[in-house]
Amino acid sequence: MVNIKYFLQGFNSIKRLDSPALALGFCFIAIGALLKNLGFSIQESIFSTLLTYALPGSLVMAESLLVGASLLNIFLAVWLVNARLYPMTVSLMPLLLDKSQPKWKYYVSCHFIAVSAWLIMKSNYQSVEKKHRIDFWIGIGTATWSVAILGTAIGFFAADFLNKDIMIGLAVVNPVYFLCMMVGAMKTIQISLSVIFGIILGPLFFFISPEWSILFGGFIAGTIAFLVGEARGS
Amino acid sequence: MEVNIILAIIVTSAATYLSRFLGVVTSEKIKETSKIFRWFNCLAYSTLAALIARVIIFPEGNLLEIDYSIRFIVVFVSLLIFYLTKKNLVYPTVFSVILLSILSSLD
Repeated sequence: MVNIKYFLQGFNSIKRLDSPALALGFCFIAIGALLKNLGFSIQESIFSTLLTYALPGSLVMAESLLVGASLLNIFLAVWLVNARLYPMTVSLMPLLLDKSQPKWKYYVSCHFIAVSAWLIMKSNYQSVEKKHRIDFWIGIGTATWSVAILGTAIGFFAADFLNKDIMIGLAVVNPVYFLCMMVGAMKTIQISLSVIFGIILGPLFFFISPEWSILFGGFIAGTIAFLVGEARGS
Repeated sequence: MEVNIILAIIVTSAATYLSRFLGVVTSEKIKETSKIFRWFNCLAYSTLAALIARVIIFPEGNLLEIDYSIRFIVVFVSLLIFYLTKKNLVYPTVFSVILLSILSSLD
């Protein structure tokens, strides 16, 4: 079903010293504490990370619950903030698709698409033969997912000991870590321009529409980067 | 709380899985060597960069309590450390927390 050798190779990739496990764990510790303060039980907190596993979406859900938003509003707000997962999936799955592998693996494992697992896979996929990449990916996804669930549980139980200063410290780890990871991925003109334009246009579009800023800013930034890269032969 | 928590979790996960699911459906028709694949690759990096920049510049929650000049200094110095340590990810991450606590205690 799943090739254990490649699964473990993927799973173990988060054990490296510079793996995102640390930053990911910190972020979900903060989420666990936040959910407890919102009145979630431990089961509900774990259920949330288990099913959603995308940090900005969980944050939006928490904020929406706080202001008493309707289910439809929660759905739309989460969809908007997590719509970035669509281009992330389209830019990853073709690298993993192999006719010898069953389709369910792709539809199940797409649940693992979140920034940390995605960035690890993007920088490591070439080291694995195409046929086995999906099993390697399932390994990476299972590992990062487990860290997220464990982090949520730790955060939930440690909520009473996490004061405001610690929570602020945990909150800064996430953007700093992922910004460094993104900057580290700037190896071609297209990717470099995508990151630079995205950093500029995302916040700029916030002045026009806070809800749509990530999608609009990201779409325009990525399209310009693509066109410039194509014109220069990438 | 007006909305049932379990229903909120299910709605959140459905809204999140929708983009992933549609991404797999689209991927079946896209070759990794095609232009459209390269375009989507750019969109993926740019939307992620837009999200991260937004979190730093217009944060919600705890980071909002930190002055924006401190946030900029922390991010800038962390990036500098990332380059100085030959792109090691652990040093800038740990350093960002330490620098943030020092600067916010001085504020």
